[in-house]
Amino acid sequence: MTDFPSELRYARTHEWVRVEGNRATVGISDYAQTQLGDVVYVELPEIGSQVEAQREVAVVESVKAASDIYAPVSGEIVASNEELDSAPETVNSDPYGIGWFFMIEMSDDSLPDELLSAETYEALCVEEGE
Amino acid sequence: MKTPLVELHAAAGGRLIEFAGWEMPVHYGSQLDEHHAVRNHAGCFDVSHMAVVDVNDQHGEQLLRHLLVSDVAKLKVGNAVYTLMLNDRGGIVDDLIAYRKADGFRLVVNAGTTEKDLTWLTRAERELGLNCDIQHHRELCIVAVQGPQAIAYVRELLRFDELTQLHSFSFAEHEDYFIARTGYTGEDGVEIICPPDAACELWERLVEIGVRPAGLGARDSLRLEAGLNLYGHDMNDDTNPFECRVAWTINWEDEHRSFVGRAAIEQVRDQGAATKLVGLKMTERGIPREGFTVLSDAGVGVVTSGSFSPTLGQGIALARVPTAMHGACRIQVRKREIPAKIARLPFVRKNT
Repeated sequence: MTDFPSELRYARTHEWVRVEGNRATVGISDYAQTQLGDVVYVELPEIGSQVEAQREVAVVESVKAASDIYAPVSGEIVASNEELDSAPETVNSDPYGIGWFFMIEMSDDSLPDELLSAETYEALCVEEGE
Repeated sequence: MKTPLVELHAAAGGRLIEFAGWEMPVHYGSQLDEHHAVRNHAGCFDVSHMAVVDVNDQHGEQLLRHLLVSDVAKLKVGNAVYTLMLNDRGGIVDDLIAYRKADGFRLVVNAGTTEKDLTWLTRAERELGLNCDIQHHRELCIVAVQGPQAIAYVRELLRFDELTQLHSFSFAEHEDYFIARTGYTGEDGVEIICPPDAACELWERLVEIGVRPAGLGARDSLRLEAGLNLYGHDMNDDTNPFECRVAWTINWEDEHRSFVGRAAIEQVRDQGAATKLVGLKMTERGIPREGFTVLSDAGVGVVTSGSFSPTLGQGIALARVPTAMHGACRIQVRKREIPAKIARLPFVRKNT
């Protein structure tokens, strides 16, 4: 079964966000990894780069296709998951855990309104899947 | 359209996609695992979306000598040949396998070109005043079993010991099964044509004894590693055999055999083609995809098929480039130019 952890927020473009203090960890949802198929390469943003919400910041490549990853929030990249270089398959096996992509130090105190709750996001995926 | 095996695919967790009007499994969970299973062990593919077309012996031979680049008069009963149909301009109408049976010929053509091919065949039949009894067997299924262990599995399952003696590009008929030692993965194996009930039973039993169901995704990455063209991508109506690395299929011997496209490609043969199809390997990280631009000192080219190679762990591609291009080039992967080099094909040699 596709997993939608309730403590996370989600973008319509299928990224998830976990907020701790002013830091947001970002990855792609379980639904997204299923759609993509086997992930073989992730092109991550450089640490220190400034990113803007809803702009492309990374690329995830599966055997099948390449997909853009958008920053769910604005701020500065403070960490990138370098483990994905040698183990991109963790995006498939553990998308909400060790398969995370990058961490943003948020420039705003509040999360953008565009980010969805698990419930709303799940409904969106069900709709998309039909 | 659906193949008779579609319910078995869905039950096995197959992710179904639309392909050439057919609902087909792209993978059953992991394309990578399926790819490796075929390279190292054995996998089975439902390729029933491809069309089986039979023509009769005598008039059929005349028709095929007129339409195919191979000379089927030289094809012995029990043998098969990979061949092409060309248009008047020398462009490729389709690539196919022609089998010579005791009572006629069997053609297996691509799913996406079936209607075009049937029109092409019947039009030539009419123009030549032949009666070839062209039969499109919509009811027949095709199951490909591929991999170093494929022959052992099929031999055991069908209790068909003669299978081991069947050489590459030959076939045998055994009970309900038309078994050909052919494939599209670069590995040893067979393609089995049979009625739907026999196909479903065969599929279930193959899976039971340890053959892994593999989808169209793995089929594509396997054929690309094997350096095999995909019609509609690496070749089409507007590209000739010399531009697509398949001129070896042409039989020029009988000068009086004026097969369709002969005059046009004789000209290409004598004058040389402006472009060529080459294999490219990325020398840095990046995955080439169809349509990406190839940059070199000799001019620009385009990727016709590209993917991550599961066996090599790097990006590989087939690309149409200027004939003068050699050695190194760059591929435009989104915003970056990634270095690549021409590689000898196939990218991956078969496991024995």
